Amino acid sequence: MILLTRKAEFSSAHFYWNDAWSAEENLRIFGKCANRNGHGHNYTLEVTVAGEVDPISGFVVDLKQLKDILEREVVSVYDHRHLNLEVPEFAKAIPTTENIAIAIWQRLDGKIPNAKLHRVRVYEMPDLFADYYGER
Amino acid sequence: MKAHLSRRYHFPASHRLHSDAYDVERNLAVFGKCNNPHGHGHNYTVQVTVSGEVDPETGMVCNLADLDAFAQVNLIDRFDHANLNTLECFRESVSTTENLSREVYRIFLGFTAAHLERVHVEETSNNSFDYAGSVDPGFI
Repeated sequence: MILLTRKAEFSSAHFYWNDAWSAEENLRIFGKCANRNGHGHNYTLEVTVAGEVDPISGFVVDLKQLKDILEREVVSVYDHRHLNLEVPEFAKAIPTTENIAIAIWQRLDGKIPNAKLHRVRVYEMPDLFADYYGER
Repeated sequence: MKAHLSRRYHFPASHRLHSDAYDVERNLAVFGKCNNPHGHGHNYTVQVTVSGEVDPETGMVCNLADLDAFAQVNLIDRFDHANLNTLECFRESVSTTENLSREVYRIFLGFTAAHLERVHVEETSNNSFDYAGSVDPGFI
């Protein structure tokens, strides 16, 4: 089995806010991330898939095809968007790096032919990233 | 749902690789230029990975501010601009990055808001070390 990783980038705005809490509580827990005007990041997405190498093509998956899937399922939806306001899965869930990794997994799961989704890694910044392996 | 969160911290420090169990020649043979009596230094990067259920209220494995505050007190304040060989943790062991990784792992076991998965310590951009206690650190 081979693991293959493809990167993609998107730039998005977000903020952290739990409607069930008071403004003071949001500010206490989320700090400056609770600014309702939002802020943004250049996110880097790394998608790792696992599969067998096709003896004819030498591929686990066709990278061009994987790139197109990432573009269609994730980048075209997230890039230059406000995650809280424009991306449906974050209408309720807070767009933390952890939740973004889970949401991207759910967007990609079952859509990559001939390979199994192994890991979704989302970098919010070079020094902060979240991994999701599909664990429930 | 369980997710993993990784955070990277940076500190410069000096050290010297030297074992009192070896004589001068043996130290030089084993540690080479790292045995320079005056020491040398690196810009270390520590990458800590913790895991846990994502709290539905916060969307977080743990609050990053808590992890950063813990790292500031227990990692940065101890190691930043320090000579590693003068620290208690290297009194009886060589200040290799392998041993530093084990010490960093021991330190972050004290962070109780999430489960410590592993630590990854970069001594230079070409040398890095992974430690996960008794667990195989894995490669991905």
